[in-house]
Parts: sequence; C-alpha cells; structure tokens
Amino acid sequence: MKSSLPTSARIAVVGLGLAAVPFFGLPPFYESFLYLIFSAVVLATSWNILSGYSGYFSFGHGAFFGAGMYTTATLAGRLNWPFLWTLPAAGIVAALLGVGVGAVVFRLRRLRGELFALLTLAVTFVLATIVLNTPIDGGQGVSLSAVALPKLLSSPSSTLYILGLAMALLTLWIAYAVYRSKLGTGLFAIHDDEDVAEVMGVPTFRYKLVAFGLSCGLAGMAGGIHAMFISYVTVGETFSIIVPLNVVLMSVLGGTRHWFGPAVGATVITALLYAFTAGDFPVAGRAAVGLILIVVILFMPEGILGRFIPRLEGRKRPKEAPGSPAVAPATLKGGEAKGETLLTITGLSKAFSGLQALDGAALQVRRGEILGLVGPNGSGKSTLINLVSGHYRSDSGSIVFAGQDVAGLPAHRVAQSGIARTYQIPRPFLHLSVLANVALPAMFGAAALDRQAAEREARRWLEFTGLAAKADALPGELNLHQRKFLELARALASRPRLLLLDEVLSGLTPAEIGHAIETIRAIRDLGASIIFVEHVMHAVMELSDRIVVLNHGKVIAEGQPQDVMRRPEVVSVYLGKPHA
Amino acid sequence: MNFPSWTLLGQSLLSGIFIGSLYGLLGLGLSLSWGMLRQINLAHFALAFLGAYLTFQLTSVVGMDPLMTLALILPCFFAFGVLMQWLFSRFAISPFNSLLVTFGITVIIESLIQWLWTADYRRMDSVYADMKFKVGTLYVPIPELFTLLIAILLSLSTWALLRYTDLGRALRASAEDGQIAAAFGVNEKKLALLLSGFSAAFAGVAGLCLALSYTLSPSQIYAWIGVVFAAVMIGGLGNPIGPLVAGIVIGVAEAITMALISPAWAPLVSFSLLIIVLLTRADKI
Repeated sequence: MKSSLPTSARIAVVGLGLAAVPFFGLPPFYESFLYLIFSAVVLATSWNILSGYSGYFSFGHGAFFGAGMYTTATLAGRLNWPFLWTLPAAGIVAALLGVGVGAVVFRLRRLRGELFALLTLAVTFVLATIVLNTPIDGGQGVSLSAVALPKLLSSPSSTLYILGLAMALLTLWIAYAVYRSKLGTGLFAIHDDEDVAEVMGVPTFRYKLVAFGLSCGLAGMAGGIHAMFISYVTVGETFSIIVPLNVVLMSVLGGTRHWFGPAVGATVITALLYAFTAGDFPVAGRAAVGLILIVVILFMPEGILGRFIPRLEGRKRPKEAPGSPAVAPATLKGGEAKGETLLTITGLSKAFSGLQALDGAALQVRRGEILGLVGPNGSGKSTLINLVSGHYRSDSGSIVFAGQDVAGLPAHRVAQSGIARTYQIPRPFLHLSVLANVALPAMFGAAALDRQAAEREARRWLEFTGLAAKADALPGELNLHQRKFLELARALASRPRLLLLDEVLSGLTPAEIGHAIETIRAIRDLGASIIFVEHVMHAVMELSDRIVVLNHGKVIAEGQPQDVMRRPEVVSVYLGKPHA
Repeated sequence: MNFPSWTLLGQSLLSGIFIGSLYGLLGLGLSLSWGMLRQINLAHFALAFLGAYLTFQLTSVVGMDPLMTLALILPCFFAFGVLMQWLFSRFAISPFNSLLVTFGITVIIESLIQWLWTADYRRMDSVYADMKFKVGTLYVPIPELFTLLIAILLSLSTWALLRYTDLGRALRASAEDGQIAAAFGVNEKKLALLLSGFSAAFAGVAGLCLALSYTLSPSQIYAWIGVVFAAVMIGGLGNPIGPLVAGIVIGVAEAITMALISPAWAPLVSFSLLIIVLLTRADKI
C-alpha cells in the first residue's frame, strides 16, 4: 500500500490527474460542482493552518474570504484591473486584515482562545458594516459580469475549474509544508500548552501571526476566484455566518490535527449540502450541519483522519531508533571560565495586585555551580523562576545573564539565550510523543538544531534520563517519576547554560529522590549551572554549592549550605521565633 | 457634522439606555454561564429569539397577554438549560468545545425558527406596543422602560443572591475551584444544572423583551452576538451587574454615534470599545 513517492509529489500527481478532467468534455455542471469542492477544500485547509494546528479557532474565516471577494470585485469590477492580477491583491488584503486582528488578540494571556473566536466572529459583522456603508458596496452589490475571464481553457466553467484546482493544490501544499516545518511544530506545541512552548523558545506571537496571515491570505485569494464564479457579490451573501460554520465543521469532521483532514471533511460536507440543496431542503441542510457538528464534537472530537490515521501509522512504525547507540550527551559548558558570574539579579521586584511576591531580591549564580534557592512557601521562589525565564515581566530590577539584560525580553528570547527551566508540576505537550517533547526545545532553544539533529539530541537526553524505552509513548502513559525526568530531559535538550529546576523532587518516593539526586549531580558534572529550588532539605544540603534563602520576597541569607542553615534568622523562618 | 437639537440628543440618549439594558439582559445569562460554568453559550441568543417567537405566537395566534406567556416559556427554558448542562457534564465538554456545540445548537434553532415562521420579518402587535408617556419633550415608550426595569431587577437580585445567600456562596465557591468546593460538601453538579437552567430562563425573559420592542427575523440572532459579548467582556465575566452597566455604556455610545455621525456606523462602536478594553485591561476580564 505504502507509496514511495514523497507527499508533495503525490499532491502534484493527483493535481495533474484532476487537471485533465476538463478535456473529457464533461457538462459544465460537473466542473462547477467540483469547483465548489475545491473552494471548500481551500477554505477548510487554510483555516486549519492556524486554527487546527495551533488550536486558535477562528470564526471569522468568512470575513477574510469576503475581504478577498470584495477586493477582486472592486479592483476588477470597478477599477478594471485584469482579473488574475486582483488575486494576489485579494490575498494580501485578507492577510493584512488577519494580521491586524491577530496583533490585537494574540497579545492576550487569559481566555485567548475564546476571545480570539469571538473577536474573529465580530470581525465578520464589522467588515460587513464597513463594506455596506462605504462606496465599496454601498448596499447595491457589485457585479462582475462585465469582467473578462482570461481564456485559460475553452469554456468559462473549465477556466474557473482550473483556477479552483490550482488554488486547492497550492493550499494543500502550503498546509503540508507548514505541517512538516518548524513553524508547524511550534504551532502544535502552542495547541498543547502555549506558555510552555514560549518558555521552550517558540516565538509564539510571531508564529501565530504568520500562520494567521497565511490562513487569511489563502482564503482571500480563494475569495477572489469565488467572486468571479458567482459574478455578483452582495454583503448579505458574503458575510453570512454560514461560511465560518461550514469551515469549522469540515475541519473538525475531517480532523484538525492532520494537514489533509479538512480536505476530507470539505468534500463530504459539500457533497452533503449539495444533496440537500438539490432536494429543495436548504434549511434542513443547515440544521443537519449543526447537528453533525454537535455529534462530532461529542463522539469523535479527533475527526475522521484523527481517528483512523494513528492506526495506519501504528502499523508501519517499527523504527530504527532503539538500536542506535546513545552518544554521550554534549557538554553544557558555556564560554565562560568556571567560577565566573553567569547570572546577576539585582533589585528584582514583582507584585500581583497588591501582593508583593518579590521585593528587591538580589543574587548571583556562578558558572558551574548549583545554587540552592530555599525559603518557605510563598517566599517568592517560583516567582523568581518565572521572572528569570521570562514568563512574567518584572516590575523593577535587572536580570543580567552572560552580560545581557534579559529582564523584559519575551520568554522565547530568554530560552534562546541559554536559560531552561522545569515545572514543579510537569507540563508535557500531551499530544506529542515523548521524543517530540524533548526534540522541541532542542529545535527552538539555545541549541537551535534542525529536526534530525534535534531528534538525535533528544534521544541522547532520553537515554541520559532513563526514558529511552518510552521515546514513542505519549506523556499520558508516563508515571509522575518519569514525567519529572521528562521535564529534565526537555530542559537539558536545549543545551542550556543555566538550568532552573523548580522542585523536581516533590512528590517522589525516597528511592526516586536518590535516583534524581544522582542525575542532577551528573548534570552538574556536564558543566551546567543550576538554580535548584527545593523543599527536600537533605537534597539541597547534599547538592548545593551555595544557598540563598528567600523570605517575603527578600534575600535574607546567602552562603555555604552548612553555615547558612545554622543562622538564627534562617532557623526562625523555618521553625518560627521562640517566644521570649 | 450638524449638531442635533437637545431634544433629539436627549431622545437618543434615552433609546441608548433602553437598548443597552437589553444588551445587559441578554448578557446576564451569558456572563453567568461563562464566568461560573466556564461555558461559552452561543445558543443563548438563539434561545432568546426562540422565546421571542414563542411570545409572538402565543400572543398573536392564541391571544395571550405577552407577560403571561412567561408562565409557559420560563419553565420550558429552565428545563432546556438543565438538559444542556447535563449533556455538557456527561460528555465533559471543554469550554472551547462548548462554543462549538452551542454554535451547532444555534444553527439548529435558527433553522427551526425559519422553518416554522419563515425568514420574513415578524412584528408582534400587543396592547403594550404603542404605550408611551411624555417627560418634558421626551417620549418614554413603556415596553422599553419595562425592559430596563426587568434588566435592573434581574441583575440586582442575581447579585444579591450570589452575595448574600448560602446558595450564592456555594455557587461562587464552585466557580472559583470546583474540586475544593466539592470537597467541602458543595454539590457542584447540581448547582451547575441550576445555574444553567436560570441562565436559559433569563434568555426567555430577554426574548419577551425582544418581542415587545423589536422586529424579529431568524438572521437577527447573529446580529446581537458581537455587541452582547462585548458588553459581557467589558462588564467582567461572572459579574451580574457588569453586563448591564457595560451594555448601557455601549448603548448610549451607539445612540450618540447614530445622532452625531450616522446610524450606519453604530455597529462599530461596541467593537471599538471592546478592542480598547482588550488592549488596556485584558488582565482584568
């Protein structure tokens, strides 16, 4: 069954086959029907580039499609541009519109998925209002009947068929290329856990904008062709809710996690809707679409391809991997000499609506040392990690890492400069394999490896952390101990110069703690510098070269472990003050 | 730009307040189910319109008093809300998927309305339709005033219920952290069913108000979504007073835009306000 052709060649072969259809002299009706399927394939597939891959569901795809329609209608119908020249313009207008919307909504941190969905829905109506009330439409609609369709083929319907086909192939090829690219990997990581993706070095804001721009641009170009197909453009028909509804449904039905899923869904739904319309039940068709949407979400949220592709792939995946011998992990030494200052934090403050989590904290990390960071719950340890890794922005103070002030940098830039962290409660990308989880920071973090090199690097660190046998498993199949080590492997795979370990030992059994301590010691021996946040005191005493004690957001003690833990102010923080 | 007369300005201000109160009334149930059940209920709009059409039908054909139709509509809608929440918890629907499922429900209800009442515009004739009184130079229509009073009454009593009763405390606790609330003996599932039922009943009330003052058509369902969601987000999720206040602000801003610039541009007002809010205080939503 398995073809040896690469996928892009297969797309080309199928495309050539379909391109021959007009030469068989089919009645125009069939060409128009196939054109409608191609148009739906373009819409659903382009929608999926952002919404399926990254999980940001857009309900405004109709607006971008419509923007393309009106661009072509205006340029060709009123300004007499040649039709084909209007298509790139239609794509650009729609893409710019999308990027503008994205620039507002992609900055949000909370409820971003929901707000994105609603704002894109709103865009449809805003655009409809603008188009209706300006000379773009003016309430009359725009006719393109006078526009000359270039004679690519003998009949107009064949020409539109070929244009639609070309557009569908282009869109599928782009969707496939994104799927396989670093951009696609980043988008899938955003889908699972956007904050973690950003901390691992994925430039989430830029990726979402690029994906949205592509998605809208393709929809816009398809709109340009469609304006010619229907030849009379009106606001009511263009900016209706039907387009986004159908697009979402097609993609969800086909499977949003696969580049080809939306095309499958688009074909099925278009044929179905056509059957209803032909049978004079358009309203029933709409209701059926709504009903299918509900049933699919409830019973088959992963879609047709999502359900069946893993089974097919499971069959053909023996993999060369387990045999390949693990190379010793790379060194984690940076350029600096041992003992030199790597990280200097001064006057670092952060308040959360009145609660002063960090209050002028200052500390230094030297190269090659393990700095134990201890303090009671709520003393600001996790906030400090979140500030250094760039997840939060500090209110004041500086964080100088290897000579560069990283305070205020977006988290992905911090990661790329060589800082990696683990999470106390492991946050793996749940839909990515263990191997892909570890390869991602190797691609996006400081190491910036290409995909193959990143997977090799990931296998090394899986070997190092004892997870090699689980490389192809999903994180959900791991126990807590293994998930904690997955966190470690992910942080290490970016080859960080500074590693922030946030309570890696919490929740582990004493035997597992012993194992973890050995691993951390081995990491240090590779030359890494580590900030070690921990409540398990014997591990802190055993591993740390120096200790910093935080309380109420301030550093209250710093020095050699044995010495610091004996100081009265530290003892009183941990055990309370004796009443006189 | 011609500056309109004070009477015209006063009248548009008044109509802004009235339409804003309807935004608030529609937003109330939406805000509660989004803020407290983590459920984005697009079907709320469809339900309100279904309520409006039912009121229209019962009034115009059966000959009931519009206000009496609530006695029939509210229990049915309450049951519908309960059923929907039961379905959502049975299938463990994520907040995002709730948006998709309720989108599906919306389309089904819209098709149903179009099938039963056609796509034509419908206007309910009732004894209240033309009632109004005059204050100075301004006319105050009774149906709109009724909407405003109902919106204030429902918002305030929901607020008081949440704030001062044990039921309200339990609701707020399970909205904050369902598992912890459950550990303290709060029957989270039952409360969620209750809340969803109330939210749907609020949609029924909003439907009555729609039928009293507006011309109905199935496609109008979608026209309200943007503005009302803007009011909900500006007002703060789960806040029972917020949507009404934000709704009135939006309504007045729209009315002033209509009077000073052009009615056609009014739909942009709410989204401009929303975008400003998203840009300036996104963390507080």
